[in-house]
Amino acid sequence: MAFTFAAFCYMLALLLTAALIFFAIWHLVLPEYLIHAFFCVMFLCAAEWLTLGLNMPLLAYHIWRYMSRPVMSGPGLYDPTTIMNADILAYCQKEGWCKLAFYLLAFFYYLYGMIYVLVSS
Amino acid sequence: MSQPGIPASGGASTGLQAQNGAASASGSPYTNGPVQNALMSSQVSVSQGYNSQLPGSYPHLIPAKTLNPVSGQSNSGGSQTVSPLSNYQGPGQALYGPPVASHPVTPSLHSGPSPQMPLPTSQTPAATPMPSGSFLPGASVPSPSNWQYNYLSQTNHCPRVSSQSTMTGNTNLMSPQYVSSGDSSLQNNIIKSGSALPLANPPLPTTFQPGAPLGPPPTGGPPPVRALTPQKLTPRTVPQPSFNSTSNQEGITSNTNNGSMVVHNSYDEIEGGGFLATSQPTNKNPTMSRSVGYSYPSLPPGYQNTTPSTTGTGIPPSSLNYPSGPQAFTQTPLGANHLTASMSGLSLHPEGLRVINLLQERNMLPSTPLQPPVPNLHEDIQKLNCNPELFRCTLTSIPQTQALLNKAKLPLGLLLHPFKDLVQLPVVTSSTIVRCRSCRTYINPFVSFLDQRRWKCNLCYRVNDVPEEFMYNPLTRVYGEPHRRPEVQNATIEFMAPSEYMLRPPQPPVYLFVFDVSHNAVETGYLNSVCQSLLDNLDLLPGNTRTKIGFITFDSTIHFYSLQEGLSQPQMLIVSDIEDVFIPMPENLLVNLNESKELVQDLLKTLPQMFTKTLETQSALGPALQAAFKLMSPTGGRMSVFQTQLPTLGVGALKPREEPNQRSSAKEIHLTPSTDFYKKLALDCSGQQVAVDLFLLSGQYSDLASLGCISRYSAGSVYYYPSYHHQHNPVQVQKLQKELQRYLTRKIGFEAVMRIRCTKGLSIHTFHGNFFVRSTDLLSLPNVNPDAGYAVQMSVEESLTDTQLVSFQSALLYTSSKGERRIRVHTLCLPVVSTLNEVFLGADVQAISGLLANMAVDRSVTASLSDARDALVNAVIDSLSAYRSSALSNQQPGLMVPFSLRLFPLFVLALLKQGAISINDRTIPQPPILQLSVEKLSRDGAFLMDAGSVLMLWVGRNCGQNFLSQVLGVENYALIPQTMTDLPELDTPESARTIAFISWLREQRPFYPILYVIRDESPMKANFLQNMVEDRTESALSYYEFLLHIQQQVNK
Repeated sequence: MAFTFAAFCYMLALLLTAALIFFAIWHLVLPEYLIHAFFCVMFLCAAEWLTLGLNMPLLAYHIWRYMSRPVMSGPGLYDPTTIMNADILAYCQKEGWCKLAFYLLAFFYYLYGMIYVLVSS
Repeated sequence: MSQPGIPASGGASTGLQAQNGAASASGSPYTNGPVQNALMSSQVSVSQGYNSQLPGSYPHLIPAKTLNPVSGQSNSGGSQTVSPLSNYQGPGQALYGPPVASHPVTPSLHSGPSPQMPLPTSQTPAATPMPSGSFLPGASVPSPSNWQYNYLSQTNHCPRVSSQSTMTGNTNLMSPQYVSSGDSSLQNNIIKSGSALPLANPPLPTTFQPGAPLGPPPTGGPPPVRALTPQKLTPRTVPQPSFNSTSNQEGITSNTNNGSMVVHNSYDEIEGGGFLATSQPTNKNPTMSRSVGYSYPSLPPGYQNTTPSTTGTGIPPSSLNYPSGPQAFTQTPLGANHLTASMSGLSLHPEGLRVINLLQERNMLPSTPLQPPVPNLHEDIQKLNCNPELFRCTLTSIPQTQALLNKAKLPLGLLLHPFKDLVQLPVVTSSTIVRCRSCRTYINPFVSFLDQRRWKCNLCYRVNDVPEEFMYNPLTRVYGEPHRRPEVQNATIEFMAPSEYMLRPPQPPVYLFVFDVSHNAVETGYLNSVCQSLLDNLDLLPGNTRTKIGFITFDSTIHFYSLQEGLSQPQMLIVSDIEDVFIPMPENLLVNLNESKELVQDLLKTLPQMFTKTLETQSALGPALQAAFKLMSPTGGRMSVFQTQLPTLGVGALKPREEPNQRSSAKEIHLTPSTDFYKKLALDCSGQQVAVDLFLLSGQYSDLASLGCISRYSAGSVYYYPSYHHQHNPVQVQKLQKELQRYLTRKIGFEAVMRIRCTKGLSIHTFHGNFFVRSTDLLSLPNVNPDAGYAVQMSVEESLTDTQLVSFQSALLYTSSKGERRIRVHTLCLPVVSTLNEVFLGADVQAISGLLANMAVDRSVTASLSDARDALVNAVIDSLSAYRSSALSNQQPGLMVPFSLRLFPLFVLALLKQGAISINDRTIPQPPILQLSVEKLSRDGAFLMDAGSVLMLWVGRNCGQNFLSQVLGVENYALIPQTMTDLPELDTPESARTIAFISWLREQRPFYPILYVIRDESPMKANFLQNMVEDRTESALSYYEFLLHIQQQVNK
């Protein structure tokens, strides 16, 4: 049992996912995207392909979402002029709930993954 | 004209006096004085209005608001709103001959406008003329001068220095009226009090006297008027028609709203009177229909005796003049019981149930303007309801559940014009504004009083206490009648907001003009007309002594003008650093208009000449806007930007996206902005309470889709004059001048927010219009003007099964141009229904088309134009097939539509044929009286087409010689010029009538439609034919084909 880089990645992801859960609720969009992209890179380095694969769809979604943001000259993701429209608001809220669920599941998966790596190595 | 000045100043000073008097009398809050004063000023507008009206329309006019006893009473005494012109002018004329004489006589000619121009028909005084639902025709036609001089009268009441200055501003037409307004009103006021009271309650006259010292001295002779009183009163019994056409009466309302009184601690009931009442005596209109009888006899007789001083109760219910009065008034709070009881009295319109086969019945279009459907409410509630011109719902019967709404496939939404000019508007000044404690709804006519002390909110159903102060009704001077307060008697009301409603002291009116002076701009020559318009209307800009004004011009550099008081001439400062714009000497660029008026005039006179030699072709619009924003951000206000080309320099520079040679081939139309610079700047502006109005005068591509964002999100408006040129396009010049005049002189509200609340269970889905949505129900409107309209989509969130009525309330908090913080509240009450049939029955096809047009506009921006067009067609198909499948019992062949939707396909087809659906067009599509089909044209006549922004007079080849010579002023058909955009003013009745009708049509809308006279060979003929929406064109279906298409889809 050794504390490998992979285990470190999982531990980091575990902590950051806890943060992401809150970000998903409060819609801190940019930190959320950055953090998620950050530990995706870490998993890439640690060659945790399965975990990376699980995160790829969300990463791709984030990239797409950011590229197609409405106000292109600013960093913000939401257009202040349309966000209060009921359908857009509903969409963003639904998105938040889905991500929350995903991060919660991911949190336990990372916990499992960390222990698994620790135990197996 | 020296004479006018005296009464005018007299009026102003009395205004002051009253205020002071009121202030001193604050110990005993509800004195007569202020109220009288209020009347006096309201009187002004009314009397003026009348002067220019034809007497014929009077019988239908009814005092707007009789619910409010004090004012109602004193009005009823004089009943200024009702009194035929002659009554009024009696005294006025005797005293001031000139004013009356100067009134234009023409308006009387308008009374019988008729849609067809062929002379024979136009002679019939058919009171059923024109397309729009937004105005009722037969009504007296306001002469052009109306709102102008009313505007003056506004300043008149306002005890401010500026009132005098207005005298200089306008021409001979106005000043006399100024006189009459200033004085006849005073006069009548007194007279009224004298005359009415004796009639009603002999001991009373003394009660008016206390007020009199505050008011004007009783100069008029009561006797003559008294003799007339019976006459005056009788018309009130006529059922009151609508005041549908409030729209254009700027003057009157500005009068009632801004200019008028700060009467303190009391209610002013400002009665504009039925200025625009229609000639149709149908009791259509909710707001006004609660007319007479309802109010006065309200009190049990005992009260009348005990409170002899209340003028309101003075008239005994048994008075002959109010035959219908007493029983109508049940003095009810609209309690739940009452409502249930009232619901049982509902009856369905028999014709509403009719099912129509559109394929068989061809001429569906009524020959009269379409009336909005009346919600199926008990008349007691309905007569309190909001005027459909202000506040309108697409479904006058709200479906109980979202499922039902989905089944009906009709859009549910509201159309509102919250700041529309009103003929009459009660203003409440009270230290406590009663609102629901949980949802903050303003108390309104549709709340229910559980008992004397508690009321139940009609939006969230919370039970609230009635505050002590609200128990006292200052109008009747009775304690314990909260349900009689004006707040509970009027669906549209304005509150003077106390300081809790201010985040900062009310801002002064600030106007900043930003002119493009590049070579291209100078070439168009627009500066001349704009500066001239500004010069003419400088004194009419809404404002007070604090009004500020400033000017910026720009080409590749930005020029500021220092107009500091004391300078001998305006000083120009040039900032060439457009990358990092700064403001040189910020304090002198926006100057007080009154103090620096001469400099401003000086500048406006020299400005057009200053740049005639310029060779600068670049345009740095973006930096100029930034500079203007910086200049205005401490105060907020209105920025008017005149731009003639694509901005090419600095931030916000745009590239031509459409190559002229590709335009025909490329299908792609750029409707989305290419840069978000303008949008972001607009949001900054919105945050600093700056609104940007864009005037785009352009002969070339200038990417309105991008530039328009600056106005869209800052609650401004866009005015577009394609290919403007001072010589080549005189029509546009005229249009610009007329529209500028309206733009500059119309009322304006600053730093406004509007919140729309609705009964629990309903929620707001999407907003359409120019504004920034700050929260789900709150719109930020840096400026609001009477012409602004908004559309809202609603959805049913929770089932409404346990409620029978739903209400919508819009509250607009704004700072008037007089620096008062005010809240204007409109409340609309509608029934809830449970069956699909009733939903269809209550559909308001005009509102639906209006909302659909709005939705289509936004859809075409977010998605694509074709998408929007498909959506429009689908809206028709879906709703009609929903109707067919669920509401019709027996399946008949053909295209069956409910009566209420019989015009729906036509309107949508017309929308589709609009060519483009313009972004700023928020008008409800208006059906022409004749069906728009070539079939209806004949060569023997001339036909006027009202296409909203243009009017076209088509003259048939064999048109009567009479018409040609008497109206067009030409010898024969061949002599009609190719491009004729004006009718000559000939000295014939036919000409006068035609011109009067056209000018009346023009006044119905905030913009200025150009008139084109078209003959067979005219280049505009294609345009004319294109507007024949029922006919087939190369690319579009005819109405019948469209119906067949829909039928196919529906029956699938």
